[in-house]
Amino acid sequence: MPRQTTPGQDLTRGIWRENPVLIQMLGLCPALAVTNTVVNSIAMGLATFFVLLCSSILVSTFRKLIPSEVRISTYILIIATFVTIADMTLEAVVPEVHKALGAFIALIVVNCMILGRQEAFASKNTVPRAIIDAVGTGIGFIIALLMMGSIREILGYGTFLGFPIFGSNYEPWIVFILPPGGFFTIGFILLALNWWERRKLERARAGEPPAGAAVERAA
Amino acid sequence: MSGAGDGNGGSRVLPQAAPQREEVPSWRLLVTLGSTGAIAGLLLVFVYQATQPAIQAYRAMVLRQAVQEVLKGPERWDTLYVVDGGLVQELPAETDPAGLEMVFLGYHEDGQPIGFAITGGEFGFQDIIDLIFGYDPGTKTVTGMKVLANKETPGLGDKIEKDSVFVAEFDGSETPLVGVKSGRATGAANEVDMITGATISSRAVIAIINHRLELLGPMIAAYLEEAN
Repeated sequence: MPRQTTPGQDLTRGIWRENPVLIQMLGLCPALAVTNTVVNSIAMGLATFFVLLCSSILVSTFRKLIPSEVRISTYILIIATFVTIADMTLEAVVPEVHKALGAFIALIVVNCMILGRQEAFASKNTVPRAIIDAVGTGIGFIIALLMMGSIREILGYGTFLGFPIFGSNYEPWIVFILPPGGFFTIGFILLALNWWERRKLERARAGEPPAGAAVERAA
Repeated sequence: MSGAGDGNGGSRVLPQAAPQREEVPSWRLLVTLGSTGAIAGLLLVFVYQATQPAIQAYRAMVLRQAVQEVLKGPERWDTLYVVDGGLVQELPAETDPAGLEMVFLGYHEDGQPIGFAITGGEFGFQDIIDLIFGYDPGTKTVTGMKVLANKETPGLGDKIEKDSVFVAEFDGSETPLVGVKSGRATGAANEVDMITGATISSRAVIAIINHRLELLGPMIAAYLEEAN
Protein backbone atom coordinates (compact mmCIF):
# COMPACT_ATOMS: atom_id res chain seq x y z
CA MET A 1 0.00 0.00 0.00
CA PRO A 2 1.28 3.43 -0.83
CA ARG A 3 1.96 5.62 2.14
CA GLN A 4 -0.97 7.91 2.88
CA THR A 5 -0.19 11.51 2.16
CA THR A 6 -2.28 14.66 2.17
CA PRO A 7 -2.99 16.46 -1.12
CA GLY A 8 -0.72 19.27 0.05
CA GLN A 9 2.14 16.82 0.50
CA ASP A 10 1.40 15.30 -2.91
CA LEU A 11 1.82 18.74 -4.41
CA THR A 12 4.91 19.97 -2.60
CA ARG A 13 6.73 16.65 -2.70
CA GLY A 14 7.53 16.97 -6.41
CA ILE A 15 8.28 20.66 -6.24
CA TRP A 16 11.06 20.49 -3.70
CA ARG A 17 11.60 17.54 -1.37
CA GLU A 18 11.59 15.00 -4.21
CA ASN A 19 12.35 17.35 -7.07
CA PRO A 20 12.65 15.12 -10.15
CA VAL A 21 15.85 16.67 -11.47
CA LEU A 22 17.64 17.98 -8.40
CA ILE A 23 16.87 15.18 -5.94
CA GLN A 24 15.76 12.13 -7.93
CA MET A 25 18.13 12.81 -10.85
CA LEU A 26 15.43 11.94 -13.37
CA GLY A 27 14.94 13.67 -16.70
CA LEU A 28 18.54 14.81 -16.81
CA CYS A 29 18.78 14.49 -20.59
CA PRO A 30 16.49 17.45 -21.40
CA ALA A 31 17.73 19.27 -18.30
CA LEU A 32 21.24 19.20 -19.70
CA ALA A 33 20.54 19.43 -23.40
CA VAL A 34 18.11 22.28 -23.98
CA THR A 35 18.65 24.60 -21.03
CA ASN A 36 21.08 26.95 -22.77
CA THR A 37 18.49 29.74 -22.78
CA VAL A 38 15.63 30.63 -20.47
CA VAL A 39 13.08 30.53 -23.30
CA ASN A 40 14.12 27.00 -24.29
CA SER A 41 13.95 25.91 -20.66
CA ILE A 42 10.44 27.29 -20.26
CA ALA A 43 9.24 25.68 -23.48
CA MET A 44 10.74 22.30 -22.60
CA GLY A 45 9.36 22.58 -19.06
CA LEU A 46 5.86 23.40 -20.25
CA ALA A 47 5.86 20.67 -22.91
CA THR A 48 6.95 18.10 -20.34
CA PHE A 49 4.39 19.43 -17.85
CA PHE A 50 1.64 19.00 -20.44
CA VAL A 51 2.69 15.45 -21.28
CA LEU A 52 3.05 14.49 -17.62
CA LEU A 53 -0.33 15.92 -16.63
CA CYS A 54 -2.29 14.40 -19.53
CA SER A 55 -0.59 11.00 -19.18
CA SER A 56 -1.22 10.93 -15.43
CA ILE A 57 -4.90 11.71 -15.91
CA LEU A 58 -5.32 8.96 -18.50
CA VAL A 59 -3.29 6.36 -16.67
CA SER A 60 -5.08 7.06 -13.43
CA THR A 61 -8.49 6.95 -15.12
CA PHE A 62 -7.86 3.58 -16.74
CA ARG A 63 -5.65 2.15 -14.00
CA LYS A 64 -8.09 -0.70 -13.27
CA LEU A 65 -8.48 -1.62 -16.94
CA ILE A 66 -4.79 -1.82 -17.82
CA PRO A 67 -3.46 -5.33 -17.11
CA SER A 68 -0.14 -5.13 -15.32
CA GLU A 69 1.54 -7.35 -17.96
CA VAL A 70 1.25 -4.62 -20.58
CA ARG A 71 1.21 -1.59 -18.34
CA ILE A 72 4.62 -0.23 -19.36
CA SER A 73 3.84 -0.49 -23.09
CA THR A 74 0.46 1.13 -22.52
CA TYR A 75 2.00 3.99 -20.53
CA ILE A 76 4.62 4.56 -23.21
CA LEU A 77 1.93 4.55 -25.89
CA ILE A 78 -0.06 7.14 -23.97
CA ILE A 79 3.02 9.26 -23.27
CA ALA A 80 4.18 9.07 -26.90
CA THR A 81 0.78 10.23 -28.10
CA PHE A 82 0.86 13.34 -25.95
CA VAL A 83 4.47 14.03 -26.87
CA THR A 84 3.55 13.96 -30.55
CA ILE A 85 0.63 16.28 -29.87
CA ALA A 86 2.94 18.66 -27.99
CA ASP A 87 5.48 18.44 -30.83
CA MET A 88 2.97 19.34 -33.54
CA THR A 89 1.35 22.07 -31.45
CA LEU A 90 4.67 23.72 -30.65
CA GLU A 91 5.69 23.64 -34.30
CA ALA A 92 2.41 25.26 -35.31
CA VAL A 93 2.28 27.86 -32.54
CA VAL A 94 5.89 28.76 -31.74
CA PRO A 95 7.98 27.51 -34.69
CA GLU A 96 11.12 29.36 -33.58
CA VAL A 97 11.17 27.64 -30.20
CA HIS A 98 10.35 24.33 -31.84
CA LYS A 99 13.36 24.76 -34.11
CA ALA A 100 15.61 25.48 -31.13
CA LEU A 101 14.44 22.44 -29.17
CA GLY A 102 14.79 20.16 -32.19
CA ALA A 103 14.80 16.45 -31.47
CA PHE A 104 14.52 16.91 -27.72
CA ILE A 105 10.77 17.35 -27.85
CA ALA A 106 10.35 13.89 -29.31
CA LEU A 107 12.73 12.61 -26.65
CA ILE A 108 10.29 13.59 -23.88
CA VAL A 109 8.89 10.09 -24.54
CA VAL A 110 11.91 8.57 -22.84
CA ASN A 111 11.99 11.03 -19.95
CA CYS A 112 11.94 8.54 -17.10
CA MET A 113 10.46 11.15 -14.78
CA ILE A 114 7.17 10.84 -16.66
CA LEU A 115 7.12 7.05 -16.81
CA GLY A 116 8.25 7.01 -13.19
CA ARG A 117 5.26 9.04 -12.01
CA GLN A 118 2.86 6.76 -13.93
CA GLU A 119 4.34 3.61 -12.45
CA ALA A 120 4.86 4.95 -8.93
CA PHE A 121 1.80 7.14 -8.49
CA ALA A 122 -0.81 7.60 -11.20
CA SER A 123 -1.40 3.86 -11.64
CA LYS A 124 -2.17 3.47 -7.92
CA ASN A 125 -4.12 6.59 -7.06
CA THR A 126 -7.35 8.38 -7.88
CA VAL A 127 -7.53 10.90 -10.70
CA PRO A 128 -7.56 14.05 -8.51
CA ARG A 129 -4.51 12.88 -6.57
CA ALA A 130 -2.73 11.94 -9.79
CA ILE A 131 -3.42 15.44 -11.11
CA ILE A 132 -2.03 17.05 -7.95
CA ASP A 133 1.04 14.85 -8.09
CA ALA A 134 1.63 15.59 -11.78
CA VAL A 135 1.25 19.32 -11.21
CA GLY A 136 3.74 19.22 -8.33
CA THR A 137 6.28 17.16 -10.22
CA GLY A 138 5.83 19.24 -13.36
CA ILE A 139 6.39 22.49 -11.47
CA GLY A 140 9.45 20.97 -9.83
CA PHE A 141 10.80 20.06 -13.26
CA ILE A 142 10.16 23.57 -14.60
CA ILE A 143 11.89 25.12 -11.56
CA ALA A 144 14.95 22.95 -12.06
CA LEU A 145 15.10 23.74 -15.79
CA LEU A 146 14.67 27.45 -15.09
CA MET A 147 17.55 27.40 -12.62
CA MET A 148 19.76 25.75 -15.23
CA GLY A 149 18.56 27.98 -18.05
CA SER A 150 19.00 31.22 -16.12
CA ILE A 151 22.55 30.44 -15.02
CA ARG A 152 23.58 29.24 -18.47
CA GLU A 153 22.02 32.09 -20.42
CA ILE A 154 23.35 34.77 -18.07
CA LEU A 155 26.88 33.42 -18.14
CA GLY A 156 26.93 32.07 -21.69
CA TYR A 157 25.19 34.90 -23.56
CA GLY A 158 25.25 37.68 -20.95
CA THR A 159 21.48 38.02 -21.36
CA PHE A 160 18.31 37.04 -19.52
CA LEU A 161 15.31 36.21 -21.73
CA GLY A 162 17.25 37.89 -24.51
CA PHE A 163 17.80 41.20 -22.70
CA PRO A 164 21.44 42.09 -22.16
CA ILE A 165 22.22 42.43 -18.45
CA PHE A 166 25.95 43.06 -18.49
CA GLY A 167 27.38 45.94 -20.46
CA SER A 168 28.84 45.51 -23.92
CA ASN A 169 32.21 44.81 -22.30
CA TYR A 170 31.02 41.41 -21.07
CA GLU A 171 32.78 38.58 -22.86
CA PRO A 172 30.26 35.70 -23.01
CA TRP A 173 31.35 32.49 -21.35
CA ILE A 174 30.51 30.36 -24.35
CA VAL A 175 31.26 27.06 -22.65
CA PHE A 176 28.09 27.51 -20.58
CA ILE A 177 25.82 27.29 -23.62
CA LEU A 178 27.71 24.28 -24.95
CA PRO A 179 27.02 20.76 -23.64
CA PRO A 180 29.86 20.82 -21.05
CA GLY A 181 28.29 23.92 -19.54
CA GLY A 182 25.18 21.88 -18.76
CA PHE A 183 27.25 19.43 -16.75
CA PHE A 184 29.11 22.23 -14.96
CA THR A 185 25.87 23.98 -14.09
CA ILE A 186 24.06 20.93 -12.75
CA GLY A 187 27.22 19.97 -10.87
CA PHE A 188 27.43 23.30 -9.10
CA ILE A 189 23.70 23.38 -8.37
CA LEU A 190 23.86 19.92 -6.82
CA LEU A 191 26.97 20.85 -4.88
CA ALA A 192 25.26 23.89 -3.41
CA LEU A 193 22.08 21.95 -2.62
CA ASN A 194 23.90 19.09 -0.94
CA TRP A 195 26.09 21.46 1.05
CA TRP A 196 22.99 23.28 2.23
CA GLU A 197 21.17 20.03 3.07
CA ARG A 198 24.15 18.74 5.01
CA ARG A 199 24.52 21.94 6.95
CA LYS A 200 20.83 21.80 7.83
CA LEU A 201 21.23 18.19 8.92
CA GLU A 202 24.24 18.94 11.08
CA ARG A 203 22.46 21.79 12.75
CA ALA A 204 19.51 19.50 13.47
CA ARG A 205 21.82 16.80 14.81
CA ALA A 206 23.44 19.26 17.15
CA GLY A 207 20.07 19.24 18.89
CA GLU A 208 17.75 22.16 19.30
CA PRO A 209 20.52 24.64 19.73
CA PRO A 210 19.74 27.02 22.54
CA ALA A 211 19.88 30.62 21.51
CA GLY A 212 23.11 31.07 23.43
CA ALA A 213 24.88 28.20 21.64
CA ALA A 214 23.96 29.55 18.24
CA VAL A 215 25.35 32.91 19.15
CA GLU A 216 28.48 31.31 20.50
CA ARG A 217 29.06 29.35 17.28
CA ALA A 218 28.41 32.37 15.18
CA ALA A 219 30.96 34.26 17.17
CA MET B 1 -7.30 -17.91 -27.47
CA SER B 2 -4.91 -20.68 -26.53
CA GLY B 3 -3.29 -18.31 -24.10
CA ALA B 4 -6.57 -17.98 -22.22
CA GLY B 5 -6.88 -21.77 -22.04
CA ASP B 6 -3.38 -22.11 -20.66
CA GLY B 7 -4.16 -19.55 -18.02
CA ASN B 8 -7.23 -21.42 -16.79
CA GLY B 9 -5.43 -24.73 -16.90
CA GLY B 10 -2.64 -23.33 -14.79
CA SER B 11 -4.90 -22.14 -12.06
CA ARG B 12 -6.75 -25.49 -11.96
CA VAL B 13 -3.57 -27.45 -11.46
CA LEU B 14 -2.33 -25.22 -8.68
CA PRO B 15 -5.39 -24.04 -6.80
CA GLN B 16 -3.55 -23.24 -3.58
CA ALA B 17 -0.95 -20.96 -5.15
CA ALA B 18 -3.53 -18.38 -4.18
CA PRO B 19 -1.56 -15.21 -3.46
CA GLN B 20 -0.44 -15.27 -7.10
CA ARG B 21 -2.47 -12.80 -9.13
CA GLU B 22 -4.92 -14.30 -11.57
CA GLU B 23 -3.37 -14.58 -14.98
CA VAL B 24 -4.85 -12.18 -17.48
CA PRO B 25 -6.04 -13.79 -20.72
CA SER B 26 -3.99 -12.70 -23.68
CA TRP B 27 -7.00 -11.32 -25.57
CA ARG B 28 -7.26 -8.69 -22.85
CA LEU B 29 -3.67 -7.70 -23.37
CA LEU B 30 -4.27 -7.45 -27.10
CA VAL B 31 -7.47 -5.48 -26.64
CA THR B 32 -5.80 -3.06 -24.21
CA LEU B 33 -2.83 -2.32 -26.45
CA GLY B 34 -4.88 -2.41 -29.64
CA SER B 35 -7.52 0.01 -28.43
CA THR B 36 -4.96 2.34 -26.84
CA GLY B 37 -3.08 2.40 -30.12
CA ALA B 38 -6.22 2.98 -32.16
CA ILE B 39 -7.38 5.87 -29.95
CA ALA B 40 -3.88 7.36 -29.98
CA GLY B 41 -3.75 7.15 -33.77
CA LEU B 42 -7.15 8.77 -34.13
CA LEU B 43 -6.19 11.58 -31.78
CA LEU B 44 -2.98 12.21 -33.71
CA VAL B 45 -4.85 12.41 -37.01
CA PHE B 46 -7.01 15.20 -35.63
CA VAL B 47 -4.09 17.11 -34.17
CA TYR B 48 -2.11 16.66 -37.39
CA GLN B 49 -4.92 18.04 -39.49
CA ALA B 50 -5.43 20.94 -37.11
CA THR B 51 -1.77 21.96 -36.95
CA GLN B 52 -0.61 21.20 -40.50
CA PRO B 53 -1.90 24.40 -42.17
CA ALA B 54 -0.05 26.58 -39.66
CA ILE B 55 3.15 24.54 -40.02
CA GLN B 56 3.05 24.65 -43.83
CA ALA B 57 2.24 28.35 -43.80
CA TYR B 58 5.22 29.04 -41.55
CA ARG B 59 7.58 27.04 -43.77
CA ALA B 60 6.33 28.84 -46.87
CA MET B 61 6.75 32.18 -45.11
CA VAL B 62 10.33 31.39 -44.13
CA LEU B 63 11.12 30.46 -47.72
CA ARG B 64 9.40 33.58 -49.08
CA GLN B 65 11.34 35.83 -46.74
CA ALA B 66 14.57 34.08 -47.66
CA VAL B 67 13.95 34.51 -51.40
CA GLN B 68 13.18 38.20 -50.77
CA GLU B 69 16.39 38.55 -48.83
CA VAL B 70 18.86 36.85 -51.16
CA LEU B 71 17.45 38.45 -54.33
CA LYS B 72 17.36 41.87 -52.63
CA GLY B 73 13.63 42.49 -52.80
CA PRO B 74 12.36 41.25 -56.17
CA GLU B 75 9.01 42.56 -57.40
CA ARG B 76 7.83 39.01 -58.06
CA TRP B 77 9.29 35.62 -58.85
CA ASP B 78 8.55 32.46 -60.79
CA THR B 79 9.03 28.99 -59.39
CA LEU B 80 10.98 26.71 -61.73
CA TYR B 81 11.19 22.96 -61.29
CA VAL B 82 14.16 20.77 -62.05
CA VAL B 83 12.86 18.02 -64.33
CA ASP B 84 15.10 15.64 -66.32
CA GLY B 85 18.19 17.82 -66.08
CA GLY B 86 16.47 21.03 -67.15
CA LEU B 87 14.42 23.86 -65.69
CA VAL B 88 10.73 24.10 -66.52
CA GLN B 89 8.11 26.53 -65.37
CA GLU B 90 5.12 24.44 -66.42
CA LEU B 91 5.21 20.93 -65.06
CA PRO B 92 4.30 18.19 -67.49
CA ALA B 93 0.81 16.89 -66.79
CA GLU B 94 0.45 14.38 -63.98
CA THR B 95 3.71 15.34 -62.28
CA ASP B 96 3.53 15.84 -58.57
CA PRO B 97 5.37 19.04 -57.62
CA ALA B 98 6.03 17.70 -54.13
CA GLY B 99 9.58 16.42 -53.82
CA LEU B 100 10.82 18.14 -56.97
CA GLU B 101 13.75 20.52 -56.66
CA MET B 102 12.82 24.14 -57.14
CA VAL B 103 14.65 27.33 -58.00
CA PHE B 104 13.11 30.78 -57.95
CA LEU B 105 13.60 33.33 -60.73
CA GLY B 106 13.09 36.88 -59.44
CA TYR B 107 12.19 39.94 -61.52
CA HIS B 108 12.60 43.69 -61.15
CA GLU B 109 9.58 45.96 -61.40
CA ASP B 110 10.29 46.56 -65.10
CA GLY B 111 10.15 42.83 -65.78
CA GLN B 112 13.92 42.39 -66.07
CA PRO B 113 15.14 39.21 -64.37
CA ILE B 114 17.32 39.78 -61.28
CA GLY B 115 18.59 36.29 -60.76
CA PHE B 116 17.85 32.91 -59.29
CA ALA B 117 17.33 31.92 -55.68
CA ILE B 118 18.72 28.43 -55.19
CA THR B 119 18.48 26.20 -52.11
CA GLY B 120 21.02 23.58 -51.14
CA GLY B 121 22.26 21.51 -48.25
CA GLU B 122 25.41 19.61 -47.35
CA PHE B 123 27.11 18.28 -44.28
CA GLY B 124 28.81 20.90 -42.13
CA PHE B 125 30.52 20.27 -38.82
CA GLN B 126 27.63 18.66 -36.90
CA ASP B 127 24.82 18.09 -39.33
CA ILE B 128 23.37 19.16 -42.66
CA ILE B 129 23.50 22.91 -43.28
CA ASP B 130 20.54 24.12 -45.37
CA LEU B 131 20.85 27.46 -47.09
CA ILE B 132 19.49 29.55 -49.90
CA PHE B 133 21.47 31.93 -52.08
CA GLY B 134 20.79 34.36 -54.87
CA TYR B 135 22.68 34.02 -58.16
CA ASP B 136 22.94 36.50 -60.99
CA PRO B 137 23.75 34.50 -64.16
CA GLY B 138 24.62 37.67 -66.10
CA THR B 139 27.56 38.59 -63.93
CA LYS B 140 28.01 35.11 -62.44
CA THR B 141 27.93 36.58 -58.96
CA VAL B 142 26.19 35.62 -55.74
CA THR B 143 23.67 38.26 -54.69
CA GLY B 144 23.14 37.06 -51.14
CA MET B 145 23.25 34.04 -48.85
CA LYS B 146 21.02 32.98 -45.97
CA VAL B 147 21.33 29.88 -43.82
CA LEU B 148 17.92 28.26 -43.35
CA ALA B 149 18.83 25.51 -40.89
CA ASN B 150 21.99 24.53 -39.08
CA LYS B 151 22.99 22.60 -35.99
CA GLU B 152 26.54 23.94 -35.85
CA THR B 153 28.26 24.68 -32.55
CA PRO B 154 26.54 27.60 -30.83
CA GLY B 155 28.86 30.57 -30.61
CA LEU B 156 31.29 29.19 -33.21
CA GLY B 157 29.88 27.37 -36.22
CA ASP B 158 26.49 29.03 -36.02
CA LYS B 159 28.19 32.30 -36.94
CA ILE B 160 27.66 31.22 -40.56
CA GLU B 161 24.07 32.27 -39.88
CA LYS B 162 24.50 34.99 -37.27
CA ASP B 163 27.75 36.77 -38.20
CA SER B 164 26.57 39.61 -40.43
CA VAL B 165 30.12 40.30 -41.67
CA PHE B 166 30.47 36.75 -42.93
CA VAL B 167 27.01 36.73 -44.49
CA ALA B 168 27.74 40.04 -46.23
CA GLU B 169 30.93 38.55 -47.72
CA PHE B 170 28.78 36.70 -50.23
CA ASP B 171 27.01 39.74 -51.63
CA GLY B 172 28.43 40.36 -55.06
CA SER B 173 31.25 37.84 -54.88
CA GLU B 174 32.10 36.04 -58.09
CA THR B 175 31.68 32.33 -58.56
CA PRO B 176 33.17 29.83 -58.12
CA LEU B 177 33.85 31.01 -54.58
CA VAL B 178 37.15 30.44 -52.84
CA GLY B 179 37.38 30.46 -49.05
CA VAL B 180 40.41 32.16 -47.54
CA LYS B 181 41.56 32.35 -43.93
CA SER B 182 41.04 35.81 -42.52
CA GLY B 183 44.00 38.08 -43.16
CA ARG B 184 45.13 36.12 -46.21
CA ALA B 185 42.74 37.71 -48.68
CA THR B 186 44.31 39.13 -51.83
CA GLY B 187 41.26 41.18 -52.75
CA ALA B 188 40.09 38.96 -55.59
CA ALA B 189 36.36 39.20 -56.26
CA ASN B 190 35.72 35.50 -55.67
CA GLU B 191 37.29 35.35 -52.20
CA VAL B 192 35.24 34.81 -49.06
CA ASP B 193 36.87 35.34 -45.66
CA MET B 194 36.18 32.30 -43.54
CA ILE B 195 35.26 32.62 -39.86
CA THR B 196 38.09 32.00 -37.43
CA GLY B 197 37.13 29.01 -35.31
CA ALA B 198 34.49 27.89 -37.77
CA THR B 199 36.57 26.88 -40.77
CA ILE B 200 34.70 23.66 -41.45
CA SER B 201 31.29 25.34 -41.31
CA SER B 202 32.46 28.24 -43.49
CA ARG B 203 34.00 25.86 -46.00
CA ALA B 204 30.75 23.87 -46.12
CA VAL B 205 28.73 26.99 -46.95
CA ILE B 206 31.12 27.84 -49.79
CA ALA B 207 31.10 24.24 -51.03
CA ILE B 208 27.30 24.10 -51.07
CA ILE B 209 27.09 27.19 -53.28
CA ASN B 210 29.82 25.99 -55.63
CA HIS B 211 28.36 22.49 -55.94
CA ARG B 212 24.86 23.76 -56.55
CA LEU B 213 26.10 26.08 -59.27
CA GLU B 214 28.15 23.33 -60.88
CA LEU B 215 24.95 21.34 -61.15
CA LEU B 216 22.41 24.06 -61.86
CA GLY B 217 24.59 26.60 -63.73
CA PRO B 218 24.30 24.84 -67.10
CA MET B 219 20.56 24.34 -66.60
CA ILE B 220 20.12 28.04 -65.81
CA ALA B 221 22.14 29.03 -68.90
CA ALA B 222 20.07 26.69 -71.07
CA TYR B 223 16.83 28.03 -69.62
CA LEU B 224 17.78 31.66 -70.24
CA GLU B 225 18.92 30.89 -73.78
CA GLU B 226 15.62 29.26 -74.52
CA ALA B 227 13.70 32.15 -73.01
CA ASN B 228 15.47 34.67 -75.23
